[in-house]
Amino acid sequence: MANATGTMRLKLHIWRQKGPNQSGAIKTYDVTANEHMSFLEMLDVLNQELIGKGEEPVAFDHDCREGICGSCNLVINGVPHGPQRGTTACQLHMRTFKDGDEIWIEPWRAKAFPVIKDLVVDRGAFDRIIAAGGYVSVNTGSAPDANEILIGKADAEEAFGYAACIGCGACVAACKNASAMLFTAAKFAHLQKLPQGRVEADRRAVRMVQQHDAEGFGSCTNQYECEAVCPKEISVTSIARLNAAYRRASLRSVEV
Amino acid sequence: MHLDAKIPSGPIEKKWDTRRFELKLVNPANKRKYRVIVVGTGLAGGSAAATLAELGYHVDAFCFQDSPRRAHSIAAQGGINAAKNYQGDGDSIYRLFYDTVKGGDFRSREANVYRLAQVSVEIIDQCVAQGVPFAREYGGTLDNRSFGGAQVSRTFYARGQTGQQLLIGCYQALERQVDAGRVRMYPRTEMLDVVVIDGHAKGIVTRDLVTGKLQRHYADAVVLATGGYGNVFYLSTNAKNCNVTAAFRAYRRGALFANPCFTQIHPTCIPVSGDYQSKLTLMSESLRNDGRIWVPAKKGDQRAPGQIPEPERDYYLERKYPSFGNLAPRDIASRAAKEACDDGRGIGPGGLGVYLDFADAIQRLGEDEVRSRYGNLFHMYEKITGENPYKVPMRIYPAVHYTMGGLWVDYHLQSTIPGLFVLGEANFSDHGANRLGASALMQGLADGYFVIPYTLGDYLAGQKAGKADTTHAAFAEVENEVRARLQRLLDVNGSRSVDSFHRELGKLMWEECGMARDAAGLQRALDRIPALREEFWGDVRVPGDSADFNQELEKAGRVADFMEFAELMCLDALTRDESCGGHFRTEHQTDDGEAVRDDANFTHVSAWEYKGYGERPVEQREPLVFENVKLAVRSYK
Repeated sequence: MANATGTMRLKLHIWRQKGPNQSGAIKTYDVTANEHMSFLEMLDVLNQELIGKGEEPVAFDHDCREGICGSCNLVINGVPHGPQRGTTACQLHMRTFKDGDEIWIEPWRAKAFPVIKDLVVDRGAFDRIIAAGGYVSVNTGSAPDANEILIGKADAEEAFGYAACIGCGACVAACKNASAMLFTAAKFAHLQKLPQGRVEADRRAVRMVQQHDAEGFGSCTNQYECEAVCPKEISVTSIARLNAAYRRASLRSVEV
Repeated sequence: MHLDAKIPSGPIEKKWDTRRFELKLVNPANKRKYRVIVVGTGLAGGSAAATLAELGYHVDAFCFQDSPRRAHSIAAQGGINAAKNYQGDGDSIYRLFYDTVKGGDFRSREANVYRLAQVSVEIIDQCVAQGVPFAREYGGTLDNRSFGGAQVSRTFYARGQTGQQLLIGCYQALERQVDAGRVRMYPRTEMLDVVVIDGHAKGIVTRDLVTGKLQRHYADAVVLATGGYGNVFYLSTNAKNCNVTAAFRAYRRGALFANPCFTQIHPTCIPVSGDYQSKLTLMSESLRNDGRIWVPAKKGDQRAPGQIPEPERDYYLERKYPSFGNLAPRDIASRAAKEACDDGRGIGPGGLGVYLDFADAIQRLGEDEVRSRYGNLFHMYEKITGENPYKVPMRIYPAVHYTMGGLWVDYHLQSTIPGLFVLGEANFSDHGANRLGASALMQGLADGYFVIPYTLGDYLAGQKAGKADTTHAAFAEVENEVRARLQRLLDVNGSRSVDSFHRELGKLMWEECGMARDAAGLQRALDRIPALREEFWGDVRVPGDSADFNQELEKAGRVADFMEFAELMCLDALTRDESCGGHFRTEHQTDDGEAVRDDANFTHVSAWEYKGYGERPVEQREPLVFENVKLAVRSYK
């Protein structure tokens, strides 16, 4: 809630870090926003002011600004993507805050996501987990007719629910172990729910988990913080699916 | 310059088969000797990079995002067209071809469009095989819905996130090739110029956005799949970082730019809420399957929507276009919204909005069914506006969404620079003056999965692999130019931010080269743009330096290119003295406000040739020949 004119004065505490090898610190800024703005538009206003004063603007990743590209990654008041459930930082609007609020803004923090600058981190590890088996091995042009293999509506819907992952990394940022199990398992479960993806499921489970661990993500200890902050509300049942498949595959001595 | 579109001879349904047989092949053992650069990893670039690597070429793929999965194709909501005729409702390859040519207001190339319709059916097969979770019927078959400009249901979809699901399919195929060692991926790397050696595209110069380092990359061919230029308007539904730089740099090196004035204004976007607005959000066209668009019948009616009784509402699309109703094509629906608002019947702040109302649909289908069809879109709307669209109608207004114009390409998708191929939204070829909904995804994947793998081989078969390398003088020259330009941007050290210039340019373009254009306005823009550009180069402030992660410097380079490109758009819009599709010249309209084409003088593609900074580009023309579809007044009444 804002004051009567719709404007709100805020105190921002933002993580500033010049580069990967420098140490960072929280710096405090005053900014005047408007309740209709998105959270990122509020940061735009701050950045325009900083540029005007000859200072370097705050670096942060963003692109689509409609909650689907997965670029934005801010920890807002200690919560990845901020206070609203099922919402990315770019979809968060200032009407969620009130005049006089203090807001803490930090990057994702995890060993496997090194900071590049300010609020920008390197999430390349996610691409490498997908490259380790998060796909169906089918070359272009070799597919049968799309209606040849029937898929029940419920299965297709469940697969979609997992496939909705935007790869933002909030699950890692929320996890006390910095585990990327929800990300990894969402991809695994999406493909496992579909007949096309089942063929390679064993190999996929083993390779993706190995890559996950090699990247330095921690283990899952079933805290479910990941599910709570996931902007696409992806279910932790995916992790159960991956664990079961991983155990099964380990017994079968899968060739990886 | 003679523009040879290389259209195969023979009947239209045989052209692609004929050409595929004529194309030269590269022997499998030789493919790995060729290196191909693919810039952009959206549907077009991602599918091209994956498929070319599957064939055995070595691919270097580039994107400025932190991961190839984030390209803006991901934001496409509604669906992808394909002539599968699974619904048995009268669809066919020919009908999709016909609808697309007509939808484009007869300003596209017949042969390209026919091929697009042909390969559309293979796209769906491919995506399903990759694990794309399309919507399904209870019996397990694929579901379809309708989109604008069609009277059949041929749109395949995955809730309101079809682009995301298709892109993830394509990204996974790409990562599979990364794993196989056949694709080297360069994320956070922006292409800043093309290198042309002996008249052929042989590489690019890039900037590593993390370290700021300039890099030279050599290849035997370069594929650009770098999207559209809608952000020239500042406010659009494009992602913030979408830009024209790659295409514009290629234009400056000799690739012709075709029909830049053909831009698509999408009728259903969330209206602007204030000056701080950084982008606009689309509400999918699929909503028009069940939502009804209306404004109050009386001017200046300030009552809440629920207080306005049926007889005092004007469902203007249903009234004006009874056979297509709310599913009239985008250009027509947008203009009708503008007309209602110009008439003083707009709703919401500033009167710049119309209602998209689901009350009837909720009554007919129940709220649960409406939620299962459009839940995520309603959710997105509520987050942005704070209003619940299950209870009150959505407020929508047209916004810049897509650009039909792009680099000129022949039937092989090759630009006027040999060895430089252009795919997806970045080329101009398939949508004429207006793109139909759910056809952008189709075109991106058609180009990448099913066209370039054939046509690129034909070019490479005539090239000796690895003919020159990055030590060639041309690379040094281009790299020096790129470095000097970056330094020049930093050296201005003026008083205004990059964004403030971008906003000013965008506002000018929206006013003079937006939904309605006329000669006087376009001339005003042509007078103002060069002056604004000079102000930019004289007064922009770019903090930081070039050897660092510097988002302001990235933006500055892109806006500098928009400043030049905007002039080309206005010149094209002024030269095309007719109305067609999304290009509406107010001088050319019927009494009831429909576009009037001038087929005698404008049945051609305008392709512009760069002649130097500040010099007037030269127009080349490719005549459009319609052998199958009869040129007619486009009617959706």
